[in-house]
Amino acid sequence: MGNLRSVQKGFEAVGAEAIVTSDSKKILSAKSVVLPGVGAFKDCMANLEKLDLIGTVHQSVKSGKPFLGICLGLQLLFNQSEEFGQVDGLGILPGKVVGFKDAKSDSGEPLKIPHMGWNTVRVVPGNPLFDSVADESYFYFVHSYYIVPQDPAIVATTTCYGIDFASGIHHENIHAFQFHPEKSQRLGLTMLKNFSNLHH
Amino acid sequence: MLAKRIIPCLDVKDGRVVKGVNFVNLRDAGDPVEIASAYELEGADELTFLDITASHEKRDIILDVVARTAEKVFMPLTVGGGVRTLDDIRSLLKAGADKVAINTAAVKDPDFVQRAAKRFGSQCIVVAIDAKEVQSSRSQPIHPEWASEHPELLLEQSDSPPAWEVYTHGGRNPTGIHVQRWARKMDAYGAGEILLTSMDRDGTKVGYDIELNKTVSESVTIPVIASGGAGTLEHLYEGIVKGKASAVLAASIFHFKEFTIQETKAYLQSKGVTVRPAI
Repeated sequence: MGNLRSVQKGFEAVGAEAIVTSDSKKILSAKSVVLPGVGAFKDCMANLEKLDLIGTVHQSVKSGKPFLGICLGLQLLFNQSEEFGQVDGLGILPGKVVGFKDAKSDSGEPLKIPHMGWNTVRVVPGNPLFDSVADESYFYFVHSYYIVPQDPAIVATTTCYGIDFASGIHHENIHAFQFHPEKSQRLGLTMLKNFSNLHH
Repeated sequence: MLAKRIIPCLDVKDGRVVKGVNFVNLRDAGDPVEIASAYELEGADELTFLDITASHEKRDIILDVVARTAEKVFMPLTVGGGVRTLDDIRSLLKAGADKVAINTAAVKDPDFVQRAAKRFGSQCIVVAIDAKEVQSSRSQPIHPEWASEHPELLLEQSDSPPAWEVYTHGGRNPTGIHVQRWARKMDAYGAGEILLTSMDRDGTKVGYDIELNKTVSESVTIPVIASGGAGTLEHLYEGIVKGKASAVLAASIFHFKEFTIQETKAYLQSKGVTVRPAI
């Protein structure tokens, strides 16, 4: 499921220990859990199923320990995605995942898909992961689909690409972002540091 | 708003950074890991390593360079050069690359791109296209084996100028393939991005081939990175604004400190281009 190693290295760079594992016991005994992921929604769900980890993810979320979803790890939390037809997600949060369609720039030109590169993130104030991160900072994105949460109250950050979309959510112990903190240099690492401090 | 990306490109041979002029006369510009870390501090938006090590047996060297770079650099890293198999891709991603650029192998077998995108996701598959404007007198193209089944991708006598041809093997072999048709095919096959290098301009410092970039960018739905020919900051501006590139890639102007990333971004910003502020 994408480049797990870079997420791990990101945590190591801020002094947090991170292990890459598909071992349910190790996941359940961890202080906090990260679900990264790039690639296709359907393959990702199929892999979680194959590794018998769907229950583990649900359990981790329910346990109340800090949970971080990145990119596809955000999208998977929702009910379903329209990537390659309708595919069911984990259904932890109500809402769906839809594609950028006919997105246009301010000057009316078609926008490139995937939404790839550095874009600004507007943060709902008070989010602990953005401690020492200025509002409207740039983070690295690469995705063609975005989440539409049913409950607008869980939206933690928004980003504009043709339309304003939810680029991050915060609900109880769940933090999840469409962009890649592990690829967003100093500010991204600050977020990983803030996340790793949550369980202290 | 999505920022235009500034991407320094490091040509790496046997684990060292080199930059050629028109792909010959290489000169040593240092250690890739050290240079990558310097670009991280300067606020480059991404990095590209182009491995020009001739021998496929020496692939461990680039994997080691990528792994050591990924320890220190927290921005997207693309690695191209000699990527032939799904295993090559897997090894590079595992070593810490975020994207791989496929060039010759895509021309040899376009389905390879489709398989790669399906396996690893479009977001990490960059198709690199080396393009050269078609001249009236030119060498005989080396058509790939599949060409007879896909005549729609080839250049035709009736193509009005300017027309560009796809080259492979580091710009040595003409293929008879029409650049925009090829770009569209790669888009449809799941490429996440196109790295478009003008062979006519590469190493010349006279500016990107704007017409080529604009034409290709308007032909595909995925982002296009302009490459080949940047010598001044104005060239970068033109590549983005006139060439409609989502990102600009350059080597020597950055490696030899003619311009820092910071100067580059300040210049582009003053001209109204959205860039991520350098740190």
